[in-house]
Amino acid sequence: MYLLAIDWIFIIEKLVLIAAIVTLSMVVAMYATYGERKVAAFIQDRIGPNRAGPFGLLQPLADGGKLFFKEEIIPLASSKFLFILGPLLAMVTALLTSAVIPWGASMNIGNRTVPLQVADVNIGILYVFGVVSLGVYGIMLGGWASNNKFSLLAAIRGASQMVSYELAMGLSLIAVLMLTGSLQMSVIVGEQYNAVWNIAYQPIGFIIFFICALAETNRTPFDLPEAENELNFGYHQEYSSMKLGFYLFAEYINMFISGVIMATLYFGGYDIPFVNEASLAQHIGENWVALLTFLTLMVKALFFVFVFMWIRWTIPRFRFDQLMHLGWKRLIPLALLNMVITAVVILWLKK
Amino acid sequence: MVNLAIQTNLDTSGSYLPIGLQLLFAAGMIVTLMGVTHLLGPKRRTADKLQNFASGIESHGEARQPIAIKYFLTAILFVLFDVEVIFFYPYAVNFRELGWSGFYAVLLFVAFFLCGFIYIIRRGALKWED
Repeated sequence: MYLLAIDWIFIIEKLVLIAAIVTLSMVVAMYATYGERKVAAFIQDRIGPNRAGPFGLLQPLADGGKLFFKEEIIPLASSKFLFILGPLLAMVTALLTSAVIPWGASMNIGNRTVPLQVADVNIGILYVFGVVSLGVYGIMLGGWASNNKFSLLAAIRGASQMVSYELAMGLSLIAVLMLTGSLQMSVIVGEQYNAVWNIAYQPIGFIIFFICALAETNRTPFDLPEAENELNFGYHQEYSSMKLGFYLFAEYINMFISGVIMATLYFGGYDIPFVNEASLAQHIGENWVALLTFLTLMVKALFFVFVFMWIRWTIPRFRFDQLMHLGWKRLIPLALLNMVITAVVILWLKK
Repeated sequence: MVNLAIQTNLDTSGSYLPIGLQLLFAAGMIVTLMGVTHLLGPKRRTADKLQNFASGIESHGEARQPIAIKYFLTAILFVLFDVEVIFFYPYAVNFRELGWSGFYAVLLFVAFFLCGFIYIIRRGALKWED
């Protein structure tokens, strides 16, 4: 009988939210490709895409449409099942991280408080880490299954780069957890809500986290898995059609999601700066405030996406040994030191 | 005397249900898109086209051959250190309640962590250039 007692409205509410968030990630990723080209064009003093639609705004649709109508090629030497599984896994993990992120203040629909968060689990940030680590499989499987030396080398590089930076990322986060005392994303945002943002206490932690986020999403200066002058094209060299599209899409979605996570952890999440949301809600209603907070989060996240692009078109990529040197011998000790100092300061001030 | 607050708002498996829904939604959508592209795209396969790409020259041998040990070493070290990093998480969450005594204990753990870390660096496990 328990199965019949499921709160169906709850399920529908979550399904709508999931559909909205997944669509949002896809659309943002699509337009991030457009944004990337426009930013690159601006930095290199060009015009960028401007043919498809006004200002070239339909360019992502044209690109996406093209991916549908391309021939799928699965090389004879490859392992067919893993070859297909690779991009699928990369994309699924990219879309799953958004589940624990609080996207805005709660809405109020028909006397029902609807939180703009798919699942407010108490392991929050650990879940994000778990899913992000699974992202390595997407790259590794794709590169290995292609049975191409360039792909394999790129994949193995990508995997060792991602795991190396995950360590420093995990360590830099511990200081934030000490400040908030919880892994739950809603609590981390709640602590910063209408208060001082974590960035004020954790500038070094944020910088480490930011560098690691660049490395995790394989963005320049850490885009070694895609170093075209050494590896032809990277781990997705044998891919074509939508499978290639998924790999590229996954990168842009990851970029967007890591922007959202940085905003959530260090920049107050959906908190509107210098505005008291509670008193604003009395004037314009809860739902409008929820919308405004959501837009605030988007602005913060898209700013980070812009910075990612800015860095890509400004800084050349590292050599592989420099990258490992930075990850292991610089960032890990720095993050550890940051953690210990944070702990001492917090304990000291409490006395 | 350390007094740990017992968390009352523990999650049940029900709170993970939406994550499962999102997994199904995402996987379903991706499989559908892949299926649609499979049906839409042209299929003109030739033996030459399905060869591996090696910048235009014929590819020699298989890719599945021994590769530098350094990558595997990195992977193993990651597993080792990631487990140690995970041990910090429960401490970080309960760290205000544990106070100074907990901090000294963790400092000892950091020392152990650093011992291992310095050891692997001294042994040249992370040296990339020969």
